[in-house]
Amino acid sequence: MTDASMQSPETGRHTVSLTEGDARTRKRAAAEKRFRAYGIIAIATGLFFLVVLFASILSQGIPAFTRTVVSVEFTLTEPQQEEAESTLFKTKAYSDLFIAELNKELAESGINVDFDEAAIERLLGKIGGTIRTFYSENPDKLGEPIQFDLAASSRVDGYFKGRVSRDTLQDSRFLQKSDLDLVDALKEAGIIKQAFNWPFITGADSGVDNPGGAGIGASVIGSFFMMLVVLALSLPIGVAASIYLEEFAPQNRFTDLIEVNISNLAAVPSIVFGILGLAVFIQFMHLPQSAPLVGGLVLTLMTLPTIIISTRASLKAVPPSIRDAALGVGASKMQAVFHHVLPLAAPGILTGTIIGLAQALGETAPLLLIGMVGFVARGYPDGFLAGFTEPNSAMPAQIYTWAARADVGFYEKAWGGIIILLIFLLTMNIIAIILRRRFERRW
Amino acid sequence: MSFVKLSASALAIAAVSATTAAARDNVQVAGSSTVLPYASIVAELFGENTDFPTPVVESGGSSAGLKRFCEGVGENTIDVANASRAIREKEIKACAENGVTDIMEVRIGYDGIVFASQQSGPAFTAFQPADIYNAIGSKVMKDGALVDNSFNSWAEFNGDLPDVEIAMFIPGTKHGTREVFEDKVLLAGCEATGAMEAMVAGGMSEDDAEDACLDVRTDGKSVDIDGDYTETLARIDTNPNGIGVFGLAFYENNTDKLKVATMGGIAPSTETIASGEYPVSRPLFFYVKKAHIGVIPGLKEYAQFFVADEIAGGSGPLANYGLVADPELAKTQDAIANEETMGSGS
Repeated sequence: MTDASMQSPETGRHTVSLTEGDARTRKRAAAEKRFRAYGIIAIATGLFFLVVLFASILSQGIPAFTRTVVSVEFTLTEPQQEEAESTLFKTKAYSDLFIAELNKELAESGINVDFDEAAIERLLGKIGGTIRTFYSENPDKLGEPIQFDLAASSRVDGYFKGRVSRDTLQDSRFLQKSDLDLVDALKEAGIIKQAFNWPFITGADSGVDNPGGAGIGASVIGSFFMMLVVLALSLPIGVAASIYLEEFAPQNRFTDLIEVNISNLAAVPSIVFGILGLAVFIQFMHLPQSAPLVGGLVLTLMTLPTIIISTRASLKAVPPSIRDAALGVGASKMQAVFHHVLPLAAPGILTGTIIGLAQALGETAPLLLIGMVGFVARGYPDGFLAGFTEPNSAMPAQIYTWAARADVGFYEKAWGGIIILLIFLLTMNIIAIILRRRFERRW
Repeated sequence: MSFVKLSASALAIAAVSATTAAARDNVQVAGSSTVLPYASIVAELFGENTDFPTPVVESGGSSAGLKRFCEGVGENTIDVANASRAIREKEIKACAENGVTDIMEVRIGYDGIVFASQQSGPAFTAFQPADIYNAIGSKVMKDGALVDNSFNSWAEFNGDLPDVEIAMFIPGTKHGTREVFEDKVLLAGCEATGAMEAMVAGGMSEDDAEDACLDVRTDGKSVDIDGDYTETLARIDTNPNGIGVFGLAFYENNTDKLKVATMGGIAPSTETIASGEYPVSRPLFFYVKKAHIGVIPGLKEYAQFFVADEIAGGSGPLANYGLVADPELAKTQDAIANEETMGSGS
């Protein structure tokens, strides 16, 4: 045995050992090993980028979920409210009242740093709106002391999160270095603190000078209503079209032409559908601007080809024997399709639909032209039907809008918005997986 | 008789329900991305302080906004167009062709355009329009002759500037900011360096020479930014030698990252812009379709709210964000109250 293996391969194949490979076998084995290594490297590279992506999204987005609040008790009397309501800029009047009250309280509490009303105003975000909304919803609370948690200004928030430091802060009308002493003193006194950012999850967009009040909740609702429209239209239309094309349509030039066009349509850039939507739905059919209904219609056009192609593929994957057996026992063509083929193809159809919806969910370009990208801060729709027609934004559009704003606070919010978008997407995928598991059949 | 009555009332009900179904209850605004921040501040406050719903404000640039404004009259068109430049004769004509004849012009204030570089980058602290023109103009004066721009470093034409590679990020042509940049910086620089004179001497007509002055070099030293200022900021962040063109408000919100340069010896600030000392500034406008007043609820109120002293005045939230308040605000307020349209009087 050892003799045989020591012989060189040139002396003939018959003498080669089975347990110790010759040069050629070794070469082939090495090639296979190399190929496996390439595969592992490819997967590792992919995983590496995924980890980097997630790490950067999480590290940049997590701060958006906490906010810095000024937490104080405040009493508003009825005459004060009446006076504030009589001005044009009511929220400013409320804000001034609050600042004056806080200034008095701080002076009495004996905080040993210099401050004045202007400094307090620089510490606070845009708070008038919150106070006015509270009192107009709860008029019976007038005259009672109420504990308010009000957003601090963007730079104070940044100071707590490490975005702003004493070294990098440049004195400006937004915040001065001396104000940071006051912030530190108030932090010690427990007046300024960090809290979970509920307004970010539930609120609507806010003006560019008010990052503390911006939330993604309203645009989540906008995206939700758009997805409802897309699902309700593209799933039945797409499935009906593909069943007809796959099971019933004769094979001729006309159906070939349709097939080619569907494939082409799937590759059309999404902005084209936006222009189409503007021309057909808004200018011709007079549907409202900035409405999730129109957004959903445009995205339906975009999603249809994806759904048709994947549905046809999964119908094709059902073995012909199933159809033949059904037809053999006397089922009509339609019974064969609906009782046997379609249930077996359902998991594939669901996957295709979810992929199509996920694509539509992340799309911003077609929404640009129908008025859903920009400052849309309408808040929650009144009622289910209004959800389709009232102006609203969508999650990716909201993220894009925030990323373009001057205040760094909004940039952080954009990353937080990405996390919410991913959670929404993940939920959709999990629902799809559960449904697939339930419908999955093996043969 | 009863049949006529029945059909008439059915028609009336149908018409009423159709209009209520389509009726838009919010003001729809689109246009300049420079005006967008101010408009969004006002829109939020308008929603908070009145019983009208918050207006929707879209971006897209002055030209795109005015184009949509001029598409026609009706609920499916926008009510207000924001613009960082005055409406052009051509656009007024296009409006008129589509039935948009009564346009109200509202000037909200002034905006400064600043030149800024990385906080820790080379010392770009003083520019003249001539420096900018020499850096990015397509034809410049070199040793007394008009040649294609081949300057690589700022120090080659001005010894006071750092000896680093030229890299300018200027607003793209769809921005209203580009027009001011061309008028007040490139053209001024072209005249100051003598390039324009040389062009005219070379046989060009005055108008052609002016157009030629606005051409920028295409060898990559000057980059058009079609996106927002955040994109310019991102470019500056990665390029220590980069000079970006920003709005004053954007710069003031990012003073920890950016260092601003003086232009013609004057540092940009709301005071120097208001007094007109700082040369590169422009008025900001919005345009209102008069035909929509009374149809779209809250349209006139929105316009009045925007230019109220409390909002657009010197101590209002807009000035706090970086808008240079208009000293003639009272006149604008009167014009809106009287619904004065363009060309109908002062």
